[in-house]
Amino acid sequence: MTDTSSLVTGSAAPVSTGATGSPRRNPLANFARSQLGAYLGVAPFLIFAVLFLLVPTLTLVAGAFVDDAGHFTFQNILDLGTPAILNSYWISIRVSAASAILGAVFGLIIALAVIRGRLPEGIRAAVLTFSGVASNFAGIPLAFAFLSTLGRLGLVTVILKTVFDFDMYKAGFNLLSFSGLTLTYLYFQIPLMILIIAPAIDGLKKEWSEAASTLGATKTQFWRYIGLPVLWPNLLGTVSLLFANAFGAIATAYALTGSSLNIVPILLYAQIRGDVLHNPGLGAALALGMIVITAFANVIYLVIRSRAERWLK
Amino acid sequence: MKRSKLWAWITFGVAVAYFLVPLLATFEFSLRIRRGTYSLDAYASVFSDPRFQATFGYSLLVGLFAIIVGIFIVVPAAYFVRLRAPHLRPLIEFVTLLPLIIPPIILVFGYIRLYNTSSILPLTGSTFGTDILLVLAYVALALPYMYRAVDTGLRTIDVQTLTEAATILGANQMVILARVIFPNIIVAVLSGAFLTLAIVIGEFTIASLLNRPAFGPYLQNVGANRAFEPAALAVISFVITWGAMGMIQLLSRFAPKTAALTD
Repeated sequence: MTDTSSLVTGSAAPVSTGATGSPRRNPLANFARSQLGAYLGVAPFLIFAVLFLLVPTLTLVAGAFVDDAGHFTFQNILDLGTPAILNSYWISIRVSAASAILGAVFGLIIALAVIRGRLPEGIRAAVLTFSGVASNFAGIPLAFAFLSTLGRLGLVTVILKTVFDFDMYKAGFNLLSFSGLTLTYLYFQIPLMILIIAPAIDGLKKEWSEAASTLGATKTQFWRYIGLPVLWPNLLGTVSLLFANAFGAIATAYALTGSSLNIVPILLYAQIRGDVLHNPGLGAALALGMIVITAFANVIYLVIRSRAERWLK
Repeated sequence: MKRSKLWAWITFGVAVAYFLVPLLATFEFSLRIRRGTYSLDAYASVFSDPRFQATFGYSLLVGLFAIIVGIFIVVPAAYFVRLRAPHLRPLIEFVTLLPLIIPPIILVFGYIRLYNTSSILPLTGSTFGTDILLVLAYVALALPYMYRAVDTGLRTIDVQTLTEAATILGANQMVILARVIFPNIIVAVLSGAFLTLAIVIGEFTIASLLNRPAFGPYLQNVGANRAFEPAALAVISFVITWGAMGMIQLLSRFAPKTAALTD
């Protein structure tokens, strides 16, 4: 408010510039002040990030190397080597990798069909909108949906049994298992893939396939030598992103299987709740393992993405 | 040409089946609470459950506070990065990626260790403190989405010219931000807000480990104890998610497009 009044008086006598002043009169002072203003504006964001993202994570990392008495130790990391914990990491990695790879493959095929398959106009928009919804429809409700579909009393299970006389559960299927969890995760992995890969597919120019077919290339040759190599970095990058996405997820698995399928986040959840491993340091080490794996997957994504962007330039 | 159309239709058909069958099955399951006939009793049972109303209201409130805090943190940062401090952009964008890299369970585990009763900032020591911690956790969770929404909004308006014009008229930076920039990106901010709401309303991990009576832990509790109500709750959750996304689509039609000169 004071600025406004000073400018109003200033308009009568142009020599006296107000607090805001004219940027041309004293560029250096203005630059310094605006930089300060900029840093003040960014400060809350950075302070928040330090207090509620960085420090909590680093606390866990540090906690993984401290024993009960507060001394530095590698024992917690070594203790991760028990069969139960290694097994839970292994299940987690398998479920995340399977749902990431299958999600990427199916997502790519669906995106290709919708964008390049000459389907009616409205379908593309409908699929992208639905993908936005479905990629956010994760967590506990998703588990409920799949229990109602493929659980022992689920609609599909019952129809297969009564109409086709086929008992999925006798045939070895179990929703509360590796394959069941992967199938459920695909419900948010595929839409996420579609959302991420659609812009990349749009980037495949029509001229390229026209030029290729003018030169006598078949459809297969086009995809083998042009389409897939162009999309490849995006594909690999998205797979690692989907992997990290599945690796950190807990709610769906917890609501689906309780604690019968011991993936790492569920083990960590039980550890935080009730110290089931009887060693707080081991909990931190468990968390450190998760951070390392998701960070690794994300670093792959970031590196590949920057390479892909450089190539497009 | 005919062939490519056929495989596209088949792919599309299989995808529709995979994505719609669980929704239909869930809906059908939610109607089966009475033997031999379809009824909406499961929904009636859910809506009349006082715990449903209490936890849903609580999560809605926490979500609203998370949105408000998120706006206060993100809008100034995105504005100044765009206008005056572009060299900070890589740092800010890295920070907005962190919540995607750090799983929520790690985040809340860190909070519990860092802000426990024996720490400098004992947020988990009181109910109110834990509520604040939950709000801040949701701000962190929604940070990537909020930042991207606001940044996209800023890209569609001419930040430079608007700021210069307002400066010449005598506005200081706070006034510019609150009364010039913010109204121009309100649609983008609302998009971020609805996305935040969609993410946090049924969030389970953080709310459960902080022991707050939120909607997510309630869902889990019903799932463990009831047969048909969970299906009804899944349908309700899907409608809520759909509603939030639909609002974002609807809002994007009202987005002001003054000029896209910056960038």
